[in-house]
This record gives sequence, structure tokens and C-alpha cells, in this order.
Amino acid sequence: MNVRILFFAGLREALGTGSESLALPAGIATVGALRDHLAARGEPWTALATTKNLRAAVNQQMLGLDAAVKAGDEVAFFPPVTGG
Amino acid sequence: MSVSVQQADFDAGAEIAALAAGRDEVGAVASFVGLVRADKSAAGVGAGDSAVQAMTLEHYPGMTEKALTAIVDEARGRWDIYGVRVIHRIGRLLPGDRIVFVAVASAHRGEAFAACEFIMDYLKTRAPFWKKEETPAGGRWVDAREGDDHAAGRWATDGD
Repeated sequence: MNVRILFFAGLREALGTGSESLALPAGIATVGALRDHLAARGEPWTALATTKNLRAAVNQQMLGLDAAVKAGDEVAFFPPVTGG
Repeated sequence: MSVSVQQADFDAGAEIAALAAGRDEVGAVASFVGLVRADKSAAGVGAGDSAVQAMTLEHYPGMTEKALTAIVDEARGRWDIYGVRVIHRIGRLLPGDRIVFVAVASAHRGEAFAACEFIMDYLKTRAPFWKKEETPAGGRWVDAREGDDHAAGRWATDGD
């Protein structure tokens, strides 16, 4: 089962995509490790590593980069929120 | 339905009336309306190239509603309140347009004021919305303000 990965706002624009589905690579067990895996693709994916105060959510709950990720999860990456 | 995410405008007066309708235990309704500001702080009076001509609000469908509902639930746990209404608009908005509405009904003003401010402070830092401004110089994503984190932090309890 894949992980569904979502990107929002300036990060979505920098990456040129809002979502992808990925077979979770062996050894990737946290949000931070998934972020590093994607950023290692090179440009423009390095934006995942350079976005200031990058935030993440797992299954629509905002969590830290140390949060666990498993197959079937929905993982989102985005800049700090600016609503209201 | 206490939480709405919608493109359409809202009628603050009608929402406030609905919160208190048929509930004679309500003695206070506190409300907040956020508007799109033509930002004149960035470059002084007049603003020139940095003047905001329009704003587009993006959000994370599904998570947004969950995050807002969680914030309302937390407010209900902290204060003795009878009703809450939160409306956040999305899509393209113009200066002067209403963006966000929060109203809280309670027996007395203290709970209503506090819960209303709490909900706004948490919404600012926990609900997945992002603003992109249109200016004469082009589009720019709004940066999060450190002050918003401090405002939300004021409400932290030992359990947080």
C-alpha cells in the first residue's frame, strides 16, 4: 500500500505538484525521513529541505517531523499556516 | 453545524442571532470578524508596489474542518459556553471582504470574550489555511507571524 503525499501553498508551487502517491521505501519510518527522501531527488524537491519552519500532518493531524509514517497514511507538507 | 469552510460571504448579524435564538440561558455573545486589509504597513502609507489588490486563500480540505472542530471542542472544554460558530472563507477575496467569523454564546461576557479570542488565536496557528496576496509587484505568499505563535502560546496549559 502506498502513502499519499500532499503539498500546499508556496511549497506546492515550488514543487509544481500538489500530490503524489509513493510506495514507502524500505527504512522510511518517520515524516522527517520521508521529507529527506523526497528532498534527495534534487531540484525542485530541495524546497522540502529549505522551506523555513516546514510543517507536516499525518492523516490530517499536525505532527512533528519525528512522527511515524506507515503504508496507507496520508502525509502532508506545508509552510506555517497563515489563515484568519 | 458549528464550523463552515466556504467561498460564500456570511451575515454576521444573522449568525449572532442564530446562536442565541430560543436559548434564554444565553446572556452574552462575543464575536470577531476578520477582514482583508490592503497592507499599508509593509512600505509605509500608500504602500505602492506592496499594496494588496486581492488575496487567495488555500486550505487543506478535510483537515481544515477537523482542525477547526478540534479547536472548538477544546474551547468547550475550557469554558462554560453554550454555542460556537466559526466560518472561514476560501478562494479569492478583495480588500474589505470578510475572511473569518467567530462567535461564542455563554451566560456571561467573560467566558464569551475569552473563548472567542482563544479560538481565533488557535485558528491562526493550527488551522491549515494559507494566504497568497496579489500586489502590483506580483504574487506573494504571506509569511507566518511570530506574534501569532506567542498569542496562541498564552493559552497553553500544563497539559499542552
